Amino acid sequence: MSTRDLAWGVMVLAALGCARATRVEAPDLATTVETPDLGKPATAAQIAGWDISVGPDGVGLPPGSGTATKGAAVYEQKCQACHGAKGVGQPNDRLVGGQGTLASTAPVRTIGSYWPYATTVFDYVRRSMPYIQPQSLTNDEVYAVTAYLLNLNGIIGENDEINARTLPKVKMPNQDNFIRMYPARGR
Amino acid sequence: MGVSRRGFLKRTVAVLAATGLTGRGTEELAAAEPPDVPPWMKAPGAGFNAYGVPSRHESKVTRTFGRSQPGTTGSGAIRTPLEALEGAITPSGLHFERSHSGVPDIDPDAHRLLIHGMVKRPLIFTIEALLRYPMVSRVHFLECSGNSQLLYQPAPPSVTAGQTHGLVSGSDWTGVPLRRLLEEAGIDGGAEWILAEGADAAAMSRSIPMAKAMDDAFLALFQNGERLRPENGYPLRLFLPGWEGNMSVKWLRRLKVVPAPIMTKDETSRYTDLQRDGKSLMFTYPMEVKSVITHPSHGMTLKGAGLYQISGLAWSGNGTIKKVEITTDGGKTWRTAALTAPVLPRALTRFRLPWRWDGGATVLKSRAIDDAGNVQPEREKFIAEHGTNAVFHYNAIAAWSVAPNGEVKHVYA
Repeated sequence: MSTRDLAWGVMVLAALGCARATRVEAPDLATTVETPDLGKPATAAQIAGWDISVGPDGVGLPPGSGTATKGAAVYEQKCQACHGAKGVGQPNDRLVGGQGTLASTAPVRTIGSYWPYATTVFDYVRRSMPYIQPQSLTNDEVYAVTAYLLNLNGIIGENDEINARTLPKVKMPNQDNFIRMYPARGR
Repeated sequence: MGVSRRGFLKRTVAVLAATGLTGRGTEELAAAEPPDVPPWMKAPGAGFNAYGVPSRHESKVTRTFGRSQPGTTGSGAIRTPLEALEGAITPSGLHFERSHSGVPDIDPDAHRLLIHGMVKRPLIFTIEALLRYPMVSRVHFLECSGNSQLLYQPAPPSVTAGQTHGLVSGSDWTGVPLRRLLEEAGIDGGAEWILAEGADAAAMSRSIPMAKAMDDAFLALFQNGERLRPENGYPLRLFLPGWEGNMSVKWLRRLKVVPAPIMTKDETSRYTDLQRDGKSLMFTYPMEVKSVITHPSHGMTLKGAGLYQISGLAWSGNGTIKKVEITTDGGKTWRTAALTAPVLPRALTRFRLPWRWDGGATVLKSRAIDDAGNVQPEREKFIAEHGTNAVFHYNAIAAWSVAPNGEVKHVYA
């Protein structure tokens, strides 16, 4: 058997294998092929400009701080038009109250009644709010508004300082009522 | 033309009534029926069109039921008109939209994808670079996990199939396996999750399990053969087959490899499923087995007894549709519908069944079963288990009643 015959045989076998493999899920994802490796190294400064995510352990929280007292002024100027005075809602989401309603037929989901992690408030306000001017607040303003919303929900005091060290330690009232469905169990 | 004035008017009125069209010239409609030769055969047609659009006679087939947060124009969703479509591929222009702060107008040359965090080499990719990578093509459904949330309401909403179920669409997606790029960056030990972030004004973000990223996730660049539509993530979106649509982050700009979930707003305050006991299910990723009869469906009127074809869509985020059963007698008997090939995993599957309507009142339902053995539940059982507050992941059986006058309506039955 020549090398050529052998190569031909391998090709035929490969073709048969392919034919048998029709409709197998994602076969070509598993095969190893060379990749062009066209990514350019990212510098620390480039990453710092974009890395705005904050985990529940506080990783990603920037320097700065705020209190509810300071946050009230920011809220009135930047948030109140959409979320109502003191977070009562209207025209957009209600941010305050609702604790004790989750098992009723009319649950009220707010930061205080529903959100499991205080760090999410900082992360979300910084990246997405105010709706018409996202990423426009200073870090101090975001800390202050976060403190204000936590205070309105009775979770912290009005002069408690919220910063990178204290925010991850705030325990949200509904935190233990979430059941993680991944990994493992399906529904 | 040999058409009397009376005949002309009569036919014109009839045609107008049938098409529901008004406010257009009636001359051309006058002579389309035999023995007359239609006017569009008596003069050359229109010239070439640089980018084709549907016939003007189909102008009523649009996305439907757009709902935005108060004071916004692009924070909300608009649905696919399922009842007006056939087959298993949704036209790109009718694919549902769900956005959190409008649709950004992104210059593909200026767009960048950053991969960083627990990697050996943080990398930045241009779209031009990504277009050079080996690609895969996959037919998959995409379903917002808020699809059919109206059906949690105690009374059946009087809206069309697209309005209840149209936050699902099906496309042929092409892109780069995410695994390739992660391998190039080099994943550190202990990296279990990836934060995916969009370049929209909400910087919408979700935490993605590493196992899914290394399995069948890909970065989509093309939808139904052409580059992504802006509202579906142009120039780059994450695609996670079978999982809730919100995780397939659009306008993807950043992937941060992390040890644990970031707990973003959209995986805590939203896209968690509040149960009747006040507890919430979190990280409910696969979209459950589901189906809906699109024809006939709510808002249609059957024109008399006789033979009809029941047609609908079935899908499962947990695998491939194995069987769809249909009842045309309110659940007393069930028949197996024909599935239209190819029946693909995590893809819309068209089912059809001939049905002879005797003209009496009845109820039509479809029930999908996937190859993992999941069976689409009846609404009563589903609500008993999950309550009415979950908002997301509604997959119970939908029912359409047919009245003796032919009117088809959404019912709970």
